[in-house]
Amino acid sequence: MADIVSLDEAVDALVSDGDTVALEGFTHLIPVEAGHEIIRQGRRGLTLVRMTPDIVYDRMIGAGCADRLIFSWGGNPGVGSLHRLRDAVEHGWPRPLEIEEHSHAGMVNRYVAGASGLPFAVLRGYAGTGLMGRQPDVVTTITCPFTDEQLVAVRALRPDVAVIHAQRADRSGNTQIWGITGVQKEAVLAAERSLVTVEEVVDELEPHPGGVVIPGWAVDCVAAVPGGAAPSYAHGYYDRDNDAYVAWDAVSRDRGRFVEWLGDNGMAMAVDAAHDGAGGAA
Amino acid sequence: MNTTTGAGGPDGHGYSADEMMSVAAARSLRDATSCFVGIGLPSTAANVALRTAVPDLVLIYESGTIGTRPDRLPLSIGDGVLAETADAVVTVPEIFNYWLQPGRIDVGFLGAAQIDRFANINTTVIGTDYDQPKVRLPGAGGAPEIAGSCRRVIVVVRQSLRTFVERVDFVTSVGFGDGPGSRERLGLTGHGPTLVITDLGLLEPDPRTCELMLTALHPGVEVDQAREATGWKLEIADEITTLDAPTDDELRVLRELEQATPHT
Repeated sequence: MADIVSLDEAVDALVSDGDTVALEGFTHLIPVEAGHEIIRQGRRGLTLVRMTPDIVYDRMIGAGCADRLIFSWGGNPGVGSLHRLRDAVEHGWPRPLEIEEHSHAGMVNRYVAGASGLPFAVLRGYAGTGLMGRQPDVVTTITCPFTDEQLVAVRALRPDVAVIHAQRADRSGNTQIWGITGVQKEAVLAAERSLVTVEEVVDELEPHPGGVVIPGWAVDCVAAVPGGAAPSYAHGYYDRDNDAYVAWDAVSRDRGRFVEWLGDNGMAMAVDAAHDGAGGAA
Repeated sequence: MNTTTGAGGPDGHGYSADEMMSVAAARSLRDATSCFVGIGLPSTAANVALRTAVPDLVLIYESGTIGTRPDRLPLSIGDGVLAETADAVVTVPEIFNYWLQPGRIDVGFLGAAQIDRFANINTTVIGTDYDQPKVRLPGAGGAPEIAGSCRRVIVVVRQSLRTFVERVDFVTSVGFGDGPGSRERLGLTGHGPTLVITDLGLLEPDPRTCELMLTALHPGVEVDQAREATGWKLEIADEITTLDAPTDDELRVLRELEQATPHT
């Protein structure tokens, strides 16, 4: 049974410096507030994993939480680039960021292998692309033992911690997700430890068509964080704040404005840390 | 947006080169049964198609929404409107493994930052040094496997020397690789690109060489404009057709969709 705790207690208990951490949510139910809490607690040296790093990873990378990023599509959806991510990759600010990139099909299969307790997964993918051969320790070819067909093997992803956001949980931590459910269940089951933030904790979960339930005994911590996915959306609770994604473009283009934004949003501790050893604002 | 205004359709209504491109792209889905839709230009065209020539078209987005009929253009591939109006919403592993990979989906509808003579697509980096790129683009997303496993691929992209290059800086998604036989050697199960729609006209692969060849122009566009916007020596089909200008109905549907969409 999951522990129902506050967000700061959950991050303190589950996320340590140097961990491999996956915050998942495929445009829907992005665990943004959990990402902010990781910034607030000043985590460093993380390997961040996410299919679609968007503004929450832009913030975490800009605040200096990450040394490495594993992803398959990195952008501000409908707007453009992630400027903090680009600044880290192109100029090493506030610290260098190593990247490992995949296709979506590759990433989902890496999670599926992790969730299945297998060392790798097999797919038709990557063949002929520039992604093949860039990271032979995680993507390589394999011959089918039955048909001799050449296929691609991707190494299992086993994050130390998975963090997802869901609509609701009951008091045993059984967690209910509906709408676009993405790869969150696989991420939780692939990870050693997991945190689910929810819009609300209820006495009883009502069945929801097409919904996914993750049993509470498969989750470590559940934290009630109403609005925790904003500015992404929570189906049945609130809509995507498209203006916030647009506004992020201007804030994130400039190091100074970004640092100011962190301070204005209660992440000032991280501002100081991010400045350690950094060469000043561009 | 390219806001060039064309000379005007036969009925005297003006339209932009981008509108002509979206309408031509929508028409290209006329005989399609299902379409795996990329965001941006492909999504606009697919939604026009659904409301004009192809009302039964099954639209599929990589967020796991199958048979979706959004009442406005989705702003991202996981827009809530896609889930609300879908026949089925499945997980992301399921959409790639059960639906795309076995070749169940007819058309893959993609955009590009660069495309080359063999219709290979780059959406990863501009510049030949991966570690020191001139421009870091978002990356692959679903495109490599869409390009590999859909029965055929249609690309929508504005034509310029910046986008139409001899060889893409990075192969994110394979078209015809190095030419004839590449797809077979790589084990790609779909037929690959069959059509590229631009703001100037249409290109199709030459069946002998697999090289993209100009086969049609939009009204008022000259062959030389297409040549000048192409970074390799563009082959021209023996017979170049001129496409019909957008109809009033097509333009109305396209503009209504764009107006109903909050602008980002």
